[in-house]
Amino acid sequence: MRVHAQRAGALLGGLMFPAWSMADWTLNMTPGVTGTSNEIFSLHMIILWICVAIGVVVFGVMFWSIFAHRKSQGHKPANFHENTLVEILWTIIPFVILVVMAIPATATLVDMYDTTESDVDIKVTGYQWKWQYEYINEDFGYFSNLSTPREQINNRQAKGENYLLEVDNPLIIPVGKKVRFLLTANDVIHSWWVPDFGVKKDAIPGFINETWTRVDKPGTYRGQCTELCGKDHGFMPVVVKAVPEEEYNTWVAEQKVAAQKERELTQKDWTMAELMERGEKAYQTACAACHQADGSGAPPAFPALKGSPIATEDMAAHIDIVVNGKSGTAMQAFGGQLSEVDLAAVITYERNAWGNNTGEMVTPKEIFDYKNQQ
Amino acid sequence: MARPARSNARVITWCMAGVIGMFAFGFALVPLYDVFCELTGINGKTGGRYEATVGADADVTRTVQVQFLAQNGPGMPWTFRPVTRSIEVHPGEPVTVNFFAQNPTAVAMVGQAVPSLSPSEGTLYFHKTECFCFNQQPLAAGESTEMPLVFIVDRDLPAHITKLTLSYTLYDQSKQAKVSGTVRAITTTNENG
Amino acid sequence: MSAVADTHAQDHHHGPAKGFSRWLLTTNHKDIGTMYLIFSFAMFLLGGTMAMVIRAELFQPGLQIVQPEFFNQMTTMHGLIMVFGAVMPAFVGLANWMIPLMIGAPDMALPRMNNWSFWLLPCAFLILVSTLFMEGGAPNFGWTFYAPLSTTYGPPSTTFFIFAVHIMGISSIMGAINVIATILNLRAPGMTLMKMPLFVWTWLITAFLLIAVMPVLAGVVTMMLMDINFGTSFFDASGGGDPVLFQHVFWFFGHPEVYIMILPAFGAVSHIIPAFSRKPLFGYASMVYAVGAIALLSFVVWAHHMFTVGIPIAGQLFFMYATMLIAVPTGVKVFNWVATMFRGALSFEAPMLFAVAFVILFTIGGFSGLMLAIAPADFQYHDTYFVVAHFHYVLVPGAIFGIFASAYFWLPKWTGHMYDETLAKTHFWLSFIGMNLAFFPMHFLGLAGMPRRIPDYALQFADFNMVSSVGAFMFGATQLLFLFIVVKCIRGGKEAAAKPWDGAEGLEWTVASPAPYHTFVTPPEVK
Repeated sequence: MRVHAQRAGALLGGLMFPAWSMADWTLNMTPGVTGTSNEIFSLHMIILWICVAIGVVVFGVMFWSIFAHRKSQGHKPANFHENTLVEILWTIIPFVILVVMAIPATATLVDMYDTTESDVDIKVTGYQWKWQYEYINEDFGYFSNLSTPREQINNRQAKGENYLLEVDNPLIIPVGKKVRFLLTANDVIHSWWVPDFGVKKDAIPGFINETWTRVDKPGTYRGQCTELCGKDHGFMPVVVKAVPEEEYNTWVAEQKVAAQKERELTQKDWTMAELMERGEKAYQTACAACHQADGSGAPPAFPALKGSPIATEDMAAHIDIVVNGKSGTAMQAFGGQLSEVDLAAVITYERNAWGNNTGEMVTPKEIFDYKNQQ
Repeated sequence: MARPARSNARVITWCMAGVIGMFAFGFALVPLYDVFCELTGINGKTGGRYEATVGADADVTRTVQVQFLAQNGPGMPWTFRPVTRSIEVHPGEPVTVNFFAQNPTAVAMVGQAVPSLSPSEGTLYFHKTECFCFNQQPLAAGESTEMPLVFIVDRDLPAHITKLTLSYTLYDQSKQAKVSGTVRAITTTNENG
Repeated sequence: MSAVADTHAQDHHHGPAKGFSRWLLTTNHKDIGTMYLIFSFAMFLLGGTMAMVIRAELFQPGLQIVQPEFFNQMTTMHGLIMVFGAVMPAFVGLANWMIPLMIGAPDMALPRMNNWSFWLLPCAFLILVSTLFMEGGAPNFGWTFYAPLSTTYGPPSTTFFIFAVHIMGISSIMGAINVIATILNLRAPGMTLMKMPLFVWTWLITAFLLIAVMPVLAGVVTMMLMDINFGTSFFDASGGGDPVLFQHVFWFFGHPEVYIMILPAFGAVSHIIPAFSRKPLFGYASMVYAVGAIALLSFVVWAHHMFTVGIPIAGQLFFMYATMLIAVPTGVKVFNWVATMFRGALSFEAPMLFAVAFVILFTIGGFSGLMLAIAPADFQYHDTYFVVAHFHYVLVPGAIFGIFASAYFWLPKWTGHMYDETLAKTHFWLSFIGMNLAFFPMHFLGLAGMPRRIPDYALQFADFNMVSSVGAFMFGATQLLFLFIVVKCIRGGKEAAAKPWDGAEGLEWTVASPAPYHTFVTPPEVK
């Protein structure tokens, strides 16, 4: 009841105070920040103006007829119904316009397909519903999840500036360098799009695609998944931060250290409280989209965890399903996606949250051993 | 006008022939697409056997970088990675690299790797003489293996291609492997993959 | 004359049977046409209701009314119902009513099959709509049902969806065969192919398109069925298949399908514009050739729906050039319509209003189509609201306005009464404003970067979405007025003359209004 009342309140509030101040009335495509996106923008403007010009001529004649050749004005109809010369002309002229249009389009396309001589190679993998970025020459990688709180989506909290376009770990790229993206997907087809780069490419399971960009202006650029990929298709944004090269190099070094630290954390002795705290966070990013923040799930595709046998009975089965997934269902193998610490924390959290008071915990070290058991 | 009753029968016959023909054509698109892909390499499924210049000298004046990627399909818990992440090769020379796979679970499983090459234009010029792709690879609980891949980059590789990326996606085929005689329509045509 | 049709005509010499069995067992082209039109309008309202749910959810950012799973079911069902349930059956209904009247035939060539092909449709849609109440919900993978989202990851109801598609495919194919047989065999003496009314021509070409591509659709859903239930791997990469293959096969069907939904409207508008311009259609022959060219080209442009899947550059260029070429015959048609109006004596009754709006707004949809054809630019437009705006501009003021124009044009012939002109004009203007308000801002949304098929969006898209929703509600509500106008027209109104429009041409205007149950039992002579 209370939830409904809250929702109704939020809905009413939203209706009365829409986000006018945040919104804008952008009419056109933006030129973006890369050579490619600028070329696309100028192509877009050329073809738009050609269409406008043709429209003005055609609709001009039409409106003139509507205005001047009305029966109510006593206009007597002519009786012509063909004219070979005119008909040939209005076949040839559009054809010529199209040929003119095709030339710059072809040149841009050739340029977009030139992925050679790249400085940085990044593998982008689409998952339901997050992106994984792997710096394949540097040997580290991470997942990038939507960071907008569920409360904002469900109208229980005011929406932030970058509502639905913010992630926990953005992709970091150096400015002025040619970055090559290798795209694939884990489950269904996704599509990786950053409008400001003029880059959109499908990520297809089992296949690899490539594209590239070179960003000259540092900044944060936002895009979204553009291929329907299931329930949370609208909730897997792309955020790319372009930073100066030195900053990029420092960041890469830090990431390598952090990866090492994470491995060390696994060996630490964790308390129940620490695991629960970390587990709640990890649960919100990795699990809540399907199983819901309160563990109630969305049956039948996404079963409830609250009071479920998996989360309250055999611990080994619970670890197995989280680490190895369940094939044939939407349950992914999180063994490769989350660190040992996060896996232990999530499992501990699920066994003790929402009234699943089993009192049991599993440590990161146990998970590590489980994954490497002989 | 012709006698309509007969001509109706004729129209129906022709139309039904068209319908059946187009239905068959829909299915024919599957092998046609494969043939088309093999000719043009558009879907990156490497396939063509190396014929032209086997045994000929490597073109040492040119080096091409070949990158290897490995990822798991949905629900596949194995550890799977290339032993060599990237290698510089001369077109024409046979090269051997290994992929590492380990089954960390407590049960025996069967995996199967599906290859894909980028850029797709390079697919025609990438020849695998020995490959684990499309083979069913069983691993007992905790077992690990190294799977070799021998390939030759064609000497005719277009000059503007300087980097090739070969990606493998490893799928869990344990269920399918248990069912003997499973129909797998396309796999058979790709066994040389 | 068809022996089949003759015997049938004598069986029912006294007129229609009474009660429900008249409709269940009828083989009369006018009855079947009426049933098709009623069915399609019912589906239009159902699909429209789903559109209202979509627009209500998108009225403002955040999730308010429905959850994402249900939102996806709504977008999917809206698309499927509008394409296969509303637009296509409406054109088949018009074909049933008008083709025999236009070519001087007593009935369709295959009347029993005609009955059968209609009654399959309610069955198909009963199955499709029932998936909404199944465990796991209705199909939620978009009307394009890309694999593997629709196969490995599809809901359990997918099998029923496939079954429904098969049935509606069979229905369409039988309808198409009937149209072809009727046009080829039952034309009045003296009516050569190049004397056929354009609506008949466009339908003949549409019927050939249906025969060519509906089996391919049947094939692709059969492959899905096998992937889901019989362990094949047509579209599953793990077994050696290719998800992109699905898109190739689907769009091989899908692009001609787009023209199936617009060509009959081209034909109808080519009758309405001359009638209210009181001037013969300009360039009859080039109109026929243009339709033929569009139909042929539609088979070689499918991959322009797939520019971002990673087709090699040679393929991209081929499909870009081929797609741009379609602008030429389409342009010819638009120029011809404008030339028909030029120096005519125009009047603007409801059919003409819809027809003129058709030409203007369809051309705008054509322009955005041309922009989408430019492959590099498509990388920015693809799968954004710009695409949604584009195809709603060709389908709503294209196909749907074409159907409204036809309905008002021929209602006097069907019912024997004139419709209420004031209400019809109100219907037009509210539809026109609502439709533009709903769909024009979508261009801006797409260009600003809003992807399609999302239940919630970033804040910068809020304003235009609200405008768009208001327009959609307005357009949706207005369609109830159409229902009222038609019911009113059936029940009474000013008596319609045999030829209620002074500028109209064609055999259909030589029979009384309402058209008698049996017409052209003896074929008319065409000079």
